Amino acid sequence: MNVPVNIWNREAECLPREELCQLQLKRLQQTLTLVADKVPCYQAKFKESGFLPSDLKSLEDLKNLPFTTKEDLRVNYPYGMFAVPMREVVRIHSSSGTTGKPTVVGYTKDDINTWTELVARFMTAAGVGAEDIVHIAFGYGLFTGAFGLHYGSEAIGASVIPISGGNTDKQLMIMQDYRSSALVCTPSYGLTLADRMEKQGIDPKSLALRVGLFGAEPWSEQMRVELEQRLGIIATDNYGLSEIMGPGVAGECFFKQGMHFAEDHFLAEIIDPDSGEVLPEGSVGELVITSLTKQAFPMIRYRTRDITRLNYDTCECGRTLARMEKTRGRTDDMLIIKGVNVFPTQIEEVLFQIEGCEPHYQLIVDRQNNMDSLEIQVEVNEHIFFDEMKQQRQFVVQAEKRLATVLGVSAKVKLVEPSSITRHEGKAVRVIDRRQQS
Amino acid sequence: MKVEQISIFIENKSGRLAEVTGVLGENGINIRALSLADTSDFGILRLIVDDSKKALKVLKEQQFTVSITHVIGVAVSDTPGGLTTILRILDNNNVNVEYMYAFVERSGDNAVIIFRFDDVDEAITALTDNGIKILPSQRITSI
Repeated sequence: MNVPVNIWNREAECLPREELCQLQLKRLQQTLTLVADKVPCYQAKFKESGFLPSDLKSLEDLKNLPFTTKEDLRVNYPYGMFAVPMREVVRIHSSSGTTGKPTVVGYTKDDINTWTELVARFMTAAGVGAEDIVHIAFGYGLFTGAFGLHYGSEAIGASVIPISGGNTDKQLMIMQDYRSSALVCTPSYGLTLADRMEKQGIDPKSLALRVGLFGAEPWSEQMRVELEQRLGIIATDNYGLSEIMGPGVAGECFFKQGMHFAEDHFLAEIIDPDSGEVLPEGSVGELVITSLTKQAFPMIRYRTRDITRLNYDTCECGRTLARMEKTRGRTDDMLIIKGVNVFPTQIEEVLFQIEGCEPHYQLIVDRQNNMDSLEIQVEVNEHIFFDEMKQQRQFVVQAEKRLATVLGVSAKVKLVEPSSITRHEGKAVRVIDRRQQS
Repeated sequence: MKVEQISIFIENKSGRLAEVTGVLGENGINIRALSLADTSDFGILRLIVDDSKKALKVLKEQQFTVSITHVIGVAVSDTPGGLTTILRILDNNNVNVEYMYAFVERSGDNAVIIFRFDDVDEAITALTDNGIKILPSQRITSI
């Protein structure tokens, strides 16, 4: 690749592993001391497990501490887990709260600066620079996505278009007229934009768009290929969650070989989601994160529910920070169908492999006569519509066969009309599980 | 000689057919012939209309999945055994019929059969060589 590798903070991002570990240990001890002093929830947890911050001699000792879960955040709603008085908090964000109460997070001035720096790092890694015009189509509000990318863009000197979410036609008009060169949105909204462009006959080559920074929902490699082809861009992935900070926890460089994890600010562990045991390097498991520098809302061993793997080899780009694989799904999105673990992302990959099939799908899980059933509704489009019933049925049979092979469980594919599956301009509703109600 | 036929994907839900015909009606498009192939989940509606270009446009605007295919129309005498003659010719020439549907002309003694072949040109040759008249497109869309 002829694109020069720019690194926002070379010292931090290319730190030798040994020095990084020392830095992590020092910062971890400071964080544990802070929460033991200021946050009643952690005081109780430490007391219960007989742990004192001074007991921590090495990074491995962290495994003796209990986990923090979303449930802890709910119990301490809204401000119970803040480690600083409100006069030091300059910003409040909140999770979407799709299940139960939302979770509330706070930032001090320094926390905002760290966040800005970490977003600037991954945007630079993706190839965004001062000359770029960044089109932010995340919703501005309590959701961390838009503000995080906004500050990161400004820090690197790019021009920000804070267009926010929704109104796809207007997005396209602005993209054409204002010459947006970097697109920030969810991958599914990226496809919505591609669909609308195709419908309006807009050639992606006529746009200035060259890079996409997609996040806020899991997406497959096949989806990347489609986004890159249909929008004419390099599509990069980034990772974050509001409980930890928002976007910037990890992000890909343009080599697209995993997301560089901001290890100097966050400590990552991979655990077995069932036993809670820390798994050896290179294992696939649930990501657990401990913040190392956060002031307002430190998190100790927070269970993200995201399934992934970490690679500690140095990247082609020169960064030494561990790289996190695309999330393979969430432990709480994981469906157990007839005793088999199924992730919606697996289904997405299969649908992509069948030529021309776009990912507008929905999974309906039900239980009939004590037997689980999985139905996959797929929106028909011109590429997969055939005038002959024989071919149309063949498509369905082929999809069902491939799904059964990949998932290890049989699924019924049902073709539905275009636009009949509910979707918001942001996140797609992928799963309807009717079993809980019966 | 080939006739443009419009195919539409419809879910097997009540009222969907009426929505298609409604869209066509509102736009002054007249349906000349139709056939519906269905499964328990979905159906493929095939139509011959007086203005297929316009029908394609208005249906797409209403978010329907639509395609155009080429079929041919053959006049068959409206008497017992009329269809058999044609099918024998096709069979003897190894021409495969994907599907077909029929209707009777308003006036005259002929039935019109709409055929979809996997190889239209081969079918046209086989039929004309055996003295079967293929109806001009104009004749069908203005039935």
